[in-house]
Amino acid sequence: MIVADKKPVEEIIEYVKDCKKLLVLGCNECVTVCEAGGKKEAGVLASALRMYFANRGVEDALVDERTLERQCDHEYLEEIRDIADNYDAIVSIACGVGVQFTAEKYHSIPVYPGVNTCFLGATEQRGLWTERCQACGQCILAYTGGICPVARCAKRLLNGPCGGSSNGKCEINKELDCAWQLIIDRLKAIDRMDLYEKLFGIKDWSTDRAGGPRKVQREDVQI
Amino acid sequence: MLRAFEKGADGVSIIGCMEGDCHYKTGNLRARKRVEQVQKILNTIGLEGERAQMYNLSSSDGPLFVKYAQEMDERIRNLGPNPMKKKKKNAA
Repeated sequence: MIVADKKPVEEIIEYVKDCKKLLVLGCNECVTVCEAGGKKEAGVLASALRMYFANRGVEDALVDERTLERQCDHEYLEEIRDIADNYDAIVSIACGVGVQFTAEKYHSIPVYPGVNTCFLGATEQRGLWTERCQACGQCILAYTGGICPVARCAKRLLNGPCGGSSNGKCEINKELDCAWQLIIDRLKAIDRMDLYEKLFGIKDWSTDRAGGPRKVQREDVQI
Repeated sequence: MLRAFEKGADGVSIIGCMEGDCHYKTGNLRARKRVEQVQKILNTIGLEGERAQMYNLSSSDGPLFVKYAQEMDERIRNLGPNPMKKKKKNAA
């Protein structure tokens, strides 16, 4: 899932301090799971903003809250079509995709981000999310035992480990596992060390962000 | 908790079981984290974070409950009323 972290309330207040009618817009998907931008967080932020305005003496301030199933799909974003014009601004606490899609759809209303979008990752335990995928556009997990060196090796090495690997840890951080140590351990466990013997050729990074903004176009599902 | 402050509560005590004794194992620890979160938010928006307090008690701790209640009462009296109450009155 897309992992995000809450922005400090101070930062959000700075964006919206001159607004009088605000909509805090949550998202029911990834940001709900990582407890940054779901219905619960929308309620907390809206309540904090209402009290902030009231405490400043802005008596006619209005802060509403709404949580959509997703903010990255037209159909769900259309649900606020009838009410969007009631607001001076929207604080979207979805990921960066949701913020941008909301801004595109409601062109004349300022949309401010309420979270910092961090990475594609997994929930290791409650309150701990770690990166697993960098969406490079050309998956090599079949050859690396299901562990991604692009996302998990600090150097993105395709033929690792490097000399900075020590006792299974990475030189950049003693708590960080060396991705290539994990790959080797896993290849041994599945009896596929033959894959480790093969050298990776130069990866085509044009499908990564290096090739500019990307798109996936599927004619088989397009009408 | 925030709703209570929004509606004008001068203070909110959250009372959980003793740490380690929660029927839901970690419910009281989670509650403490939430109280800390609320304190931070209250401080940020210009209200006093200490208006929210977490206490741990067992059901047989009557005298301790009284002590905590008095402590909270004193704290709130020193802080004065929740400013939200005044704003709400003005708005009405």
